[in-house]
Amino acid sequence: MEVVRCRCLEEDILDLYNLTISEVRDLLDKKEISAKDLVNSIYQRIDVVEEKVKAFITITKDKALKMANDAQKKINLAETQNNLPLLGIPLAIKDNICTKGVRTTCASKILYNFVPPYESTVTSRLIDQGYILVGKTNMDEFGMGSSTENSAFHVTKNPWWLDRIPGGSSGGSAAAVAAGECIAALGSDTGGSIRQPAALCGVVGLKPTYGRISRYGLVAFASSLDQIGSITKDVRDAAIVMNTISGHDACDSTSAPIPVPDFTAVLGKDINGMRIGIPKEYFIEGMDEEVEMSVKEAIKKFELLGAIPVDISLPHTGYAVATYYVLATSEASSNLARYDGVKYGFRAKGKDLMDIYMNTRAQGFGAEVKRRIMLGTYALSSGYYEAYYKKAQQVRTLIKKDFEDAFQKADVIVTPTSPTAAFKIGEKTADPLQMYLSDIFTISVNLAGVPGISIPCGFTSNNLPIGLQLIGKHFDEESILKAAYAYEQVTGWHRRKPGL
Amino acid sequence: MKYEAVIGLEVHAQMLTESKIFCGCSTKFGSEPNTQTCPVCIGMPGVLPVLNKKALESAIKTGLAMNCRISPCSRFARKNYFYPDLPKGYQISQYELPICEYGYIEIVVDGAIKKSGITRIHMEEDAGKNIHESALPKAGGGGNFSFVDLNRAGVPLMEIVSEPDIRSPREAVEYMKKLRNILRYLDVCDGNMEQGSLRCDANVSVRPVGQNELGVKVEIKNINSFRFVEKALDYEIRRQIKVIEGEGKIIQETRLWDSTKGITESMRGKEEAHDYRYFPEPDLVPITVEQQWIDEIKSSLPELPDIKRQRFISEYGLPEYDADLLISERPLADWYEEAVKLGGQPRIVANWIKGELMRLLNEDNMSIEECPLKPKQLVDMLHLIEKGTISGKIAKTIFQEMYIRSKTLKISVYSDVIVRDLGLLQISDTGEVEKVVDDVIANNIKEVERYKGGEEKLIGFFVGQVMKLTKGKANPQMVNELLKKKLSIP
Repeated sequence: MEVVRCRCLEEDILDLYNLTISEVRDLLDKKEISAKDLVNSIYQRIDVVEEKVKAFITITKDKALKMANDAQKKINLAETQNNLPLLGIPLAIKDNICTKGVRTTCASKILYNFVPPYESTVTSRLIDQGYILVGKTNMDEFGMGSSTENSAFHVTKNPWWLDRIPGGSSGGSAAAVAAGECIAALGSDTGGSIRQPAALCGVVGLKPTYGRISRYGLVAFASSLDQIGSITKDVRDAAIVMNTISGHDACDSTSAPIPVPDFTAVLGKDINGMRIGIPKEYFIEGMDEEVEMSVKEAIKKFELLGAIPVDISLPHTGYAVATYYVLATSEASSNLARYDGVKYGFRAKGKDLMDIYMNTRAQGFGAEVKRRIMLGTYALSSGYYEAYYKKAQQVRTLIKKDFEDAFQKADVIVTPTSPTAAFKIGEKTADPLQMYLSDIFTISVNLAGVPGISIPCGFTSNNLPIGLQLIGKHFDEESILKAAYAYEQVTGWHRRKPGL
Repeated sequence: MKYEAVIGLEVHAQMLTESKIFCGCSTKFGSEPNTQTCPVCIGMPGVLPVLNKKALESAIKTGLAMNCRISPCSRFARKNYFYPDLPKGYQISQYELPICEYGYIEIVVDGAIKKSGITRIHMEEDAGKNIHESALPKAGGGGNFSFVDLNRAGVPLMEIVSEPDIRSPREAVEYMKKLRNILRYLDVCDGNMEQGSLRCDANVSVRPVGQNELGVKVEIKNINSFRFVEKALDYEIRRQIKVIEGEGKIIQETRLWDSTKGITESMRGKEEAHDYRYFPEPDLVPITVEQQWIDEIKSSLPELPDIKRQRFISEYGLPEYDADLLISERPLADWYEEAVKLGGQPRIVANWIKGELMRLLNEDNMSIEECPLKPKQLVDMLHLIEKGTISGKIAKTIFQEMYIRSKTLKISVYSDVIVRDLGLLQISDTGEVEKVVDDVIANNIKEVERYKGGEEKLIGFFVGQVMKLTKGKANPQMVNELLKKKLSIP
């Protein structure tokens, strides 16, 4: 089988598209480059690599050039550095986050033509900063999948190995960041959908605490688990994006009315004495050896930085995947009921109302989405509710408690992000259960609602990125950012680029 | 065999909030289709509901007025079903933990006060409305299209569920009337059944008198007036008894009341019943209500009909019948009390309201809220009677004239103006009255003689003659005294 070998380039690339937010911020503020230069560099890069990577569903070049123009005006007005860290920064947005006037499809046929009449809260906040929208990224349909193969549009390729999946469901965002098709991106994470693709593409993915960021405008998959987060080239950028998009929103009553710290303030702080919890349940048989080795190496690195490893237990870990697939599918079965062909999106023909409903949903949804709607409908049905949904809620409470107990002993928890590096396209599509297991290390974090970050921690022998997950307490993104940043400073995995 | 009915009512009351329950859209009725909508109530992808605090307050008010326990922690749930007027494919309602539980209202049944239990009161959103082209006059095309108007989608509703305490259609009507009156007193619902802001579904079963076990219940939908509550239940109870006596079995089903045919018809059986797949709404955090807020709402509740009735009886010395009439509508009670506060004699004011005022309003098919007269207009007129400026008899004419003029001119026309315009001043000038009295005596010699002969009840005849000649303006007391003086045997 013919495969495309990726070159691994060193750090001497000065192309603007490869830079981080903080790097281009500096250049923009010093007026060494213009926002337009930056946007041009991004779209030149897209012209070169997008055909191979296919990270985007919609590319918004004309809009981006206009936004760059507006951003430059603001940059020119500012005497010195302005207070808008994302002003003039080209970002890609996952296609399940509503952008007013820009098609938002959730990678589904059922929303193939849906143009939102309103802006999500996160992108409103980005607009207030003067960001530049590069395009809307590919994903597994409605966020349901771990490989971006469940897109109704196309499969996104892993920039490191084009015959492999980029992870999912935010595979388009992770691939776009890794391939230099944007400076950073937003994704969403319901069971690992930011962290797993970030790990598989060798970038940084942060899923904040549930309630830290408004979900208003995020097309719901599983409301009690969904959370928007960032995919960036380094940890500092994750903190910068968090500073902008975090905080209570009157439009989302599940967003927490608690103050938002400056997440960049903790970067560079000492992690001496920080207790790093290592859950025994996460180092299991069947885990890829190279992944395990890299993670253990990383733990050693933390020790060298003065952190103290402590053995902890998250005893209900074994129930997490089952619990997740009951709760997430139950919520999804209800959340996706609105796609009925009546108000917007795809509508199939039919002889009567029931026929229109059935044809629209049969033709409009992909196989995985239908599978989950059926699972969830079943779990909520009278007579089964107690045994499935209610039981799963009870287990969820136990999993939450696992984390509370663990955080008595540890300040952050370290685990692999994914049990394996990126697998081949098509490898797991025939076996949904195998696919579900690729989120085995990330799912508990969503059930508990705690924050988690994935950072690059090495490469397999055939040059595939490996991710390390750091998990924090509720609303303590600062600790995981601090630890991740400290690690990043003494390693450098994040600076490796795929050769495309 | 004698049977008794067991009835429980589920009442949907549209709340009188300015905006919808989960978004800022107006609840205004009668706008162009889909103009009172936003991404939230249309069910766009990605939107989230946010609870309207006013709706919550209205539900708590209602719960307190109906003697409910207010749950310190309640939550919303999703009721899942597909229908074009339901934009999200689920209705946000309450299921396991409603905001109010364990209440009751008092109704009068066969002259005795009965506590009728309220199981729960919960909040939910209304659905939109489907409009079928075939039902539209002169719609373009072949009439094959249906339209959806989502103006009403998201309008806040309360569902008030009664205990199966009701035993007769008449009692059900009493319950509904009481419920409606309380809702209107609280100003949380306009109570208009015809316009659908108050809707009622009924659960009915029958059982032989003396049997404890409940019969199989049937749900009746689409009962949209007080009259139909009684008719539909009457029909259904008779139907069920007939089935049972014919050795048949009642099946658990939902039936629809057809008001033109006057019957209930099967809509769907138990097997076709929806499985709504209720589960807690993850987009809304549980509602926690602080006791302090409940206390504040409690202390701000208006005086409720039962209390007002008692007070009207004890404070104003009204007969029960008058009190019942006056408290039947809060605006009527308010009208009455304002008149009393302005100095009207309580019983006299009540008499004028239940007599003349109600008659005039009924003739015009108007409610007290549309009444062209202000309480002050009545009280001023009553003062004229007291002062003797006008006679009580002529006052009815003045009152009616005052009502008509105020209605047509749309300003308050007072009685003194009318008295002047119509020349209806009471004649209290002794000389003037005496002249007329003398004339009457002179012209009715026969009657005078009979009177003097002992037929004293003829005094009424003489008074009538004087009044006739003075067009009712003579001071009746003065007429009486003068007549008696002049007719007395010297």
